[in-house]
Amino acid sequence: MADTLTPPTGELENFDPQRVVEEPLWRVRLRLGWRSFRRNWALFNDNKMGVVGLAIIALFGLMALAHPILMATIWSNHLEGGKNVYDIRAGADSIIVTKTIVEEVTDPLTEISQIEAMFLGTGVNIPEIGDTIESPLANPAPPVFSGVKHPHILGTDPFGGDVFSQLLFGARAAFLLGAIAAISSVALATLVGTISAYFGGVIDTLLMRLADLVILIPLLPLLIVVSGFWNVELTMLGILIGILSGLGGTAIILKSQALSVKVKPFIDAARIAGGGHWRIITRHIIPNVLPLSFLYMMFAVTGAIFTEAALSFLGLLNIQQSWGIMINIAHTQGYTLEGFDVWWLMFPAGLAITLFSAGFFLVGRAMDEVVNPRLRKR
Amino acid sequence: MVKYIAKRFGQIFILFYVFLALLFLLLDLQPGDISQQFVGNPNIPPEAKVIMVRQLGLDQPKIVQLGHHLWNYSFGMDMGVSWSSYPREVADILFTALPRTVFLFLTATVLSFWLGFYTGKLVAWRRGTVVEKSVMVTSIFFWTVFYPWFAILMLWFFASQLGWFPIGKFITVETWIGSPFSADSVFILMLTSIAAVTLVYGILRLVIDRSTDDPRSRQNLHRIALWSLIAVATVFWAFNSRRTYAMDILWHTVVPVLTLTLVNFAGTTLLTRSSMLETLREDYILTARAKGVPESTIRDRHAARNAMLPVTTSLVLQLAVVIAGGVITEQIFSWPGLGRALLGAITAEDIPVAMGALALIGVLSLLAHLVADITYAFLDPRIRVQG
Repeated sequence: MADTLTPPTGELENFDPQRVVEEPLWRVRLRLGWRSFRRNWALFNDNKMGVVGLAIIALFGLMALAHPILMATIWSNHLEGGKNVYDIRAGADSIIVTKTIVEEVTDPLTEISQIEAMFLGTGVNIPEIGDTIESPLANPAPPVFSGVKHPHILGTDPFGGDVFSQLLFGARAAFLLGAIAAISSVALATLVGTISAYFGGVIDTLLMRLADLVILIPLLPLLIVVSGFWNVELTMLGILIGILSGLGGTAIILKSQALSVKVKPFIDAARIAGGGHWRIITRHIIPNVLPLSFLYMMFAVTGAIFTEAALSFLGLLNIQQSWGIMINIAHTQGYTLEGFDVWWLMFPAGLAITLFSAGFFLVGRAMDEVVNPRLRKR
Repeated sequence: MVKYIAKRFGQIFILFYVFLALLFLLLDLQPGDISQQFVGNPNIPPEAKVIMVRQLGLDQPKIVQLGHHLWNYSFGMDMGVSWSSYPREVADILFTALPRTVFLFLTATVLSFWLGFYTGKLVAWRRGTVVEKSVMVTSIFFWTVFYPWFAILMLWFFASQLGWFPIGKFITVETWIGSPFSADSVFILMLTSIAAVTLVYGILRLVIDRSTDDPRSRQNLHRIALWSLIAVATVFWAFNSRRTYAMDILWHTVVPVLTLTLVNFAGTTLLTRSSMLETLREDYILTARAKGVPESTIRDRHAARNAMLPVTTSLVLQLAVVIAGGVITEQIFSWPGLGRALLGAITAEDIPVAMGALALIGVLSLLAHLVADITYAFLDPRIRVQG
C-alpha cells in the first residue's frame, strides 16, 4: 500500500535545477501566440478569398496613408484663387476662366453657349457670339476629366474638386468610422453577451429582451430620423451604429458562445481557486469569446460603412467628405442618368465602397472558417 | 402550435409598445419642445403660445404625455396633422403610401427568397465547379455592392440607356389624365387579385394534399392549380377596363423590384449554400445514398428541406437589409411609399409625418418578424414543442 504513495522515480532523479534555462513568462506567451497565429494563418490561407480581402484592405490602408502625405508634398502648392486645388472640399470652384461665346459648344472648358452666357452676364445686353465672358470653371460647366492647369488623375467633381484626392480622403474617413463602429459594437456585444451568460437569471432576461427589441428596430429609418433631429457627425454616427448593432444580434451570438465556455471545468476551477466574478469574466470567459468577437468586428465594419454611405448619399450627415457624399453630389447635381459619360463621378466612389465592404466581408468569411471548425474543407 | 403563436403574438405586442415609448423618448430628447418651432414667428403673440402649449398637452407631466402618445398611436389612430402638407392628417398620408411599400417589400422578399434558395441549393450541389465559383463571386458582389450606387446604375441602364422602363415614379401622368379611376384604387385591386390567387392556391394545395398520397400526382395537381388560377386572373384583367392603367403601374414596378430582389437574392444564395454544405455532411445523406435514392431526391427532399431552417432564421436578420434597401429604392426610383414619405418629412422638418412613418415601418418590421417566427415554428417541430 505504501509504495503507491511514493512519487514516480526515474525522471525526477535525473532532474537538475541547474540545467533548466529560466525563460521569462512573456516569452513563453509570445512563443505560444506565434505558434497559434501560424496555425490559424495556415487555415486562413486555405481560403484564397480571404487573402484577396486582406489585400483589398491593405490597398485602402495605403490610400488612407497616402492622402496626408500627398497633401504635404506633391499637392502642397497648387494654389488657385487662394485655395488648394486638391483640397477635398474647396477644390477649383473659385477658378474663373475666360470663355469665348460660340454657337455650338465643342470644348466646355474654353467655350460657352449664348444662352448660358446670358444667365452669367448682367442680363441687359444679349452677349454676341465671339465675345468673351468671365465664367467659373466648374459650376455650372460640366465636370471635367483631364486637368486644365493642374493634373487631375480622376477628373473633377461638379464643384471642381479633385476626385482622386476625395477618394483617398474617403478611405481615411471609412477606416475611422469602421474602427469606431466595430470596436464599440463588439466591445459592447462581448460585455453584454458574457455578463448575460455568466450571471443568467434576471440580468440575462433583461439584456436578451433588450437585444430582441434592438433587432426589431429598423436601423436605417431610425438613423434617418435621428440625423433629422440632431447634427450627426462621423464619430457620433460610429458610436450610434456601434451601440445599436452591438446590443442586437451580435450580443446574442456572443452570449451563446460565452454560455458554452461558462460550463467548462476551468471556470469551476477558477471559482474554487477564489476568483471573483469580474476576474472570471475578464480573464477566463472573454479571452475564449474573443476570436468570435473579432469575426463579428469584420462584419460590423461592412454594416457601418454601408450605413454611413447611405446616410451621406441621402444628404443627412454633417461630415466633411466621404464616398457617400461624392455620390450624393453627383446625384443631386443631376448626373444620375449620365452613366459612363461621366464615369469618374460615381464609379470610383461606388466601387470604393463596394470593394471596402467586400474586403472586410471576405476576411470575415475566411475567419469564420478558422473560428468555426465545421465549415472547414479539411 | 396555437400556444406558440399566441405567445409570440403577446411578445410582439409588448415590444410594439416599448418601441412606441422609445419613439416618444426620441421626440422628448430633442432640445426644447414642439411649440419652440413656432417661437421664431413674430406674428404669434405670447398668449397664443401659452394656449398652444396647453392644447398640445406639453404642460402636463411627462408620464401623462407618454400615455397620450401611446393611446393616440395605437387606438386613436391619430398621429397628428402634417406640417408640410397642412391640414392633411398623418394617418391619411401614411396609409396611402403603405400598400406601395408593402408591395415592394413583399415581392422583393418572396422573389429573392425563392430564387436565392434555388440557386444556393444547386450551387452547393456542384461545389468546386466553375459555375459555383462564378455564382459565388457574383453573389458576393451583389451582397457587398453599395446599394444606392447599384440602384442608380440599374436606373441608368434600363431606363436611360435601353429606354425599356420609365425613369422612376409610380405612374405615367400622361396616361392617367382623364382616367375614371384613381391610381390607388387600381393598385389596391391589383394587390387584392394577387392576394386572392395566393390564398386560393394555398387552400387548393391543402385540399389536394388531403385527397391524394402519391407525391407525383400531388406535384402535378399543384402545378395545374397554380397555372389555372393565374389564367383566371389574367382573363379577369384582360377584360377589365382598368387594364391599361394596371399595365402602366406594373411597368413602373419592374426595375425597383428587380433591383431590390437582386441584392437580397445574393444574401439568401450565400446562406443556402453554406447551410446546404453543412447538411450534405450529415449521416442521413450517406444513408440515403447507400439506399440508392435518386440524386435529385437526395438534393431536394433530404438536404434542401433541412438546409432551409437556418435560411429562414436568417430571413429575420435580413429584414433590416430589405427595409434599408426599400427606403433607398423608394428614394432613387421616386416610388411614393413609406420610405420616401419618411425622407421627405425629414427634409421638410415635418416631425409628425417622420415619427408616424418610423412607427409604421417599425410595425411592418414587427409583423414580418412574427411571420418569420411562425414559418420557422411550422418548419421545425422542435420549436413548437419547446414553446
